[in-house]
Amino acid sequence: MKVLVAVKRVVDANFRIRVKADGSGVELDNVKMAMNPFCEIALEEAIRLKEAGTATEIVAVSIGPAKAEDTLRQALAMGADRAILVLHDGKAEPLGIAKTLAAIARTEAPDLMLLGKQAIDDDANQTGQMLAALLGRPQATFASKLEIAGSTARVTREVDGGLQTLEVALPAVVTVDLRLNTPRFVSLPNIIKARAKPLAKTTPADLGVDLTPRLKTLKVEEPPPRKAGIIVNSVGELVDRLRNDAKVL
Amino acid sequence: MTTLLIADGDATAHALTAALQMGSDVHILEPTSPILAESLADAIVALAPAYDAIVAPATSTGKNVLPRVAALLDVMQVSDIIAVVSPDTYRRPTYAGNAIETVQSTDAKKLITVRAAAFAATPTDGIPRVTATVSDGSLSRLVAEMPSETSDRPDLTSARIVVSGGRAFGSKEKFDALLVPLAARLNAAIGASRAAVDAGYAANDLQVGQTGKIVAPDLYIACGISGAIQHLAGMKDSKVIVAINADPAAPIFAVADYGLVGDIFTLLPELTAAL
Repeated sequence: MKVLVAVKRVVDANFRIRVKADGSGVELDNVKMAMNPFCEIALEEAIRLKEAGTATEIVAVSIGPAKAEDTLRQALAMGADRAILVLHDGKAEPLGIAKTLAAIARTEAPDLMLLGKQAIDDDANQTGQMLAALLGRPQATFASKLEIAGSTARVTREVDGGLQTLEVALPAVVTVDLRLNTPRFVSLPNIIKARAKPLAKTTPADLGVDLTPRLKTLKVEEPPPRKAGIIVNSVGELVDRLRNDAKVL
Repeated sequence: MTTLLIADGDATAHALTAALQMGSDVHILEPTSPILAESLADAIVALAPAYDAIVAPATSTGKNVLPRVAALLDVMQVSDIIAVVSPDTYRRPTYAGNAIETVQSTDAKKLITVRAAAFAATPTDGIPRVTATVSDGSLSRLVAEMPSETSDRPDLTSARIVVSGGRAFGSKEKFDALLVPLAARLNAAIGASRAAVDAGYAANDLQVGQTGKIVAPDLYIACGISGAIQHLAGMKDSKVIVAINADPAAPIFAVADYGLVGDIFTLLPELTAAL
């Protein structure tokens, strides 16, 4: 079984971003970048499927600037077999990314496509669902458990009211949630080995995909700051403040 | 502008407010369960020619189905809007709520998911209903549903008061023993940080944060929660925030209106008794 995993290079999850003073976007110069945490979970799951003998090949794909090669090298160091970098500078939206991944999937013909449920930069939560739609294949989003049995995947999903289990016919798109697994750390020998693994480069034009954004970003702002709070000294004072100042009790 | 609103529980009334701000003509589709993304998306696509906009609350169902519809219609969806600026322009949070984008859609049809906590509720009575033909899915099937233990607590996303617990509780027993009586006294919903859910103190659907539930109650009481960026993203629009934590340097105090530094194991029973 061949598994395709999409990975995105994003601002590190622990980094507190700043909005540019001119309101044109978020300051990305000299900012620590990392693999989107949900993509890491997707990749870890693919590697576990390969270690269990279920998957035979893992192809990692990223769409982004030349620097996204770092993210793919990390994916190779974690355990992907080969990588495809679709070079694209500038903004790309989930619809364009899904079209790019669909074009690659038509050539690669994976049995399973694993994606993070959302990227922690645009917080869109769309790409996996769009990819499944474009390929006319089933989707199982927000997965917290994945089992492959023959030509189906049994997926437990985290939904608003609890959990739900679906069976989807392969090939399928599965987007992963936080509790599916804990990604491994990459060892130094594996980082060195990853340098020799194949990494192919292509472009949206080569794939026949148009990444022109459909949304115009008119303005980016910091959220309004909350007014400074106070430290109370006792439970009694807290209850008094909530009753008489804030009037919420 | 005619809008199709995909209903999903209590969030529907909040999404209706956003839909009405885009245009007065709104129809509601109430999907029948079980909801499978593939067949529901096809049914919505079949209705789409009659509509200028398709809107859904950003619930787990809305987030699952609407992007599939968007791709089938070749539309770039706008996710999780918090304000309607004009019928084609919206505000939405990015980077865990630390950058608010104003975006304008250039697609002929608008596909929008709405953050329920950011809009007041509008009664859905009198809004015309439409029906859809949803075929049985051949690509996927529902095997089992495992709802969380039903409790008599109000729903997390619509409660007026939320009491939320973090890793500091140390066990599910302590989490329940300290938070349930407090929540009962306040008629509050119970929430949790990711750490508390990962540790098994609370069910997954109680997680408040960037990728969990987004809440904006009148009063949010964060107990033993340090306040990671990802947690703050889910609750910092609450009207009044109380933080109770042993560590005076915890980031949660930076967003709290009232902070109380100390041990939750002594302070929470004291608070419950004082109410």
